[in-house]
Amino acid sequence: MAIEFKPSPSLPPPVNSVGAVAWLRNNLLSSPLNVALTLFSLYILYLLVPPMIQWGIVNATFTGDTRAACTGGGACWAFIGAYFEQFMYGLYPSEETWRINLSLIALVVLLGAFAIKTINKFYLSLVITLVYPVVAYFLFAGGVFGLVVVETSLWGGLFLTTLLGVVGIVASFPLGVLLALGRRSDMPVAKSVCIVFIETIRAVPLITILFMASVMIPLFLPDGMNFNKLMRVIIGITLFSSAYMAEVIRGGLQAIPKGQYEAADAMGLTYWQSMILVILPQALKLVIPGIVNTFIGLFKDTTLVYIVGMFDLLGRIQAANHDANWLGTTVEGYAFAGFVYFIICFGMSRYSMSIERKLDTGHKRN
Amino acid sequence: MTDRNMALAQLEPGEEAIIEFKDVNKWYGDFHVLKNINFSIKKGERIVVCGPSGSGKSTMIRCINRLEEHQKGIISVDGVEMNDNLKNIEAIRKDVGMIFQHFNLFPHLSILENLTLAPIWVRKKPKKEAEEMAMHYLERVKIANQALKYPGQLSGGQQQRVAIARGLCMEPRIMLFDEPTSALDPEMIKEVLDVMVQLADEGMTMVCVTHEMGFAKKVADRVVFMDAGEVVESNEPHEFFNNPQHDRTQMFLSQILNH
Repeated sequence: MAIEFKPSPSLPPPVNSVGAVAWLRNNLLSSPLNVALTLFSLYILYLLVPPMIQWGIVNATFTGDTRAACTGGGACWAFIGAYFEQFMYGLYPSEETWRINLSLIALVVLLGAFAIKTINKFYLSLVITLVYPVVAYFLFAGGVFGLVVVETSLWGGLFLTTLLGVVGIVASFPLGVLLALGRRSDMPVAKSVCIVFIETIRAVPLITILFMASVMIPLFLPDGMNFNKLMRVIIGITLFSSAYMAEVIRGGLQAIPKGQYEAADAMGLTYWQSMILVILPQALKLVIPGIVNTFIGLFKDTTLVYIVGMFDLLGRIQAANHDANWLGTTVEGYAFAGFVYFIICFGMSRYSMSIERKLDTGHKRN
Repeated sequence: MTDRNMALAQLEPGEEAIIEFKDVNKWYGDFHVLKNINFSIKKGERIVVCGPSGSGKSTMIRCINRLEEHQKGIISVDGVEMNDNLKNIEAIRKDVGMIFQHFNLFPHLSILENLTLAPIWVRKKPKKEAEEMAMHYLERVKIANQALKYPGQLSGGQQQRVAIARGLCMEPRIMLFDEPTSALDPEMIKEVLDVMVQLADEGMTMVCVTHEMGFAKKVADRVVFMDAGEVVESNEPHEFFNNPQHDRTQMFLSQILNH
């Protein structure tokens, strides 16, 4: 007679392998070397953190009208307060800045609407990608519905930084996807055009492209035909990062097993159907870290527009440093710029991680 | 007369050839993979293709829905010649289901979405109808309860059965199997073969590349043996296994049957 097989019951893990103590033991104190490194790090923190708090908070001055008001020996944050509006909006007229705030609020509301289940996500995406940019443009530039015209040369500060970053990101992503698909295409013409474009753009520094956009292109255009410098700079930044984006996405496309392409083909899906429904969703998910890397790089690269005479956040801060009333506040200005860039870039990076987790289907058992 | 032959007689495969190879040649670079392949498959026939690895059997079956291009000769499927005409290829692919060795389910879609994708986008079926049909076929391969899971959560045998259901959802006239059980554990091979036998009994035209000789004996109308890019021998299973004509076939069979 056969003996019945009964699997043994599962036991809980030993107590010292879970919880805070285990975490400490595994991560900070797992070997003599790690104990030494932990102590060394604590010592470095002890050296750095207290003086920073002393300078930045305890001895700092938060209000005042000139550098003379800052007498505490610490940071002079009053400088940031006095120039805050310029840092945020550039030279955009004070009484019109509500237009920028309104469009920002509208964007946040629209993006937040994605969380509402009853809303059709497809139409919402159309509104965000097609309707919103037009509305926002007219809000910013004015000239319609009795809105005062605000020249783009007055646009600046964090507003300009965000505008360049967001438009660059939104425009370079689809362009990058097309370039990546083109580079892997079987059609010789499309393929060589994409390769030449990508390799040329990647071989040139962004500063060169910005100079081209702001100084040289107007020379080539016929008289009377000229378009806005901001527009040219945005196009330059977009083309530049689309080349990098294309290579990142191409990496993702190459990582998809050949069987996925074959299965899609074998079902009778057309090229675009199989790309959009089968290949790209997988490829893009794989390269989210690389895509966000490119986005963050693009966002920080927008500071280079300072060189062609546009005053983004960093540009405004550097200009304000020359104010005779606030001499000697360079460190505070840069600390503020660093803080703002950190918040935004760190936010993007965390957001990308949450997307990755959300999209992580299939490969894991649960 | 055995039961099997009785069933065959009742089914009476149609006379017209649904797949036809005429002097088909294919090269990978300098390597001559397919050499003068000639044969035709009738509607309702079940063909098993076997042979050592590298003999061109997978390449041959993949030429049928033009996952591989041939350079010389004519392949016609359902009366349509397979050439560079993309419209023809897409039309044929709608009617020819294919099952792969590595399943090739789409890992980012749930099982149900895997099944409804092609019916919705290629056959333009309404979503609801496509889902009902998908559930029907999942029922048939006995994994309807897994419909909302993702492929990565299923075992290999379950994944291959989903792949078969996915193929059936397009209501194909022909099913191609490219070593459907080669990547599976022995315990899972049976569950997949059972589904394939069931399909064969319903009269589906099938071309199957496999090493499962038991399946060939049980189901095939014809066994095709390939080596070095050529069809060496093609015969009905009883004759093929008991009375092989070529010494190459005899050697192959002695190795595969006596291990």
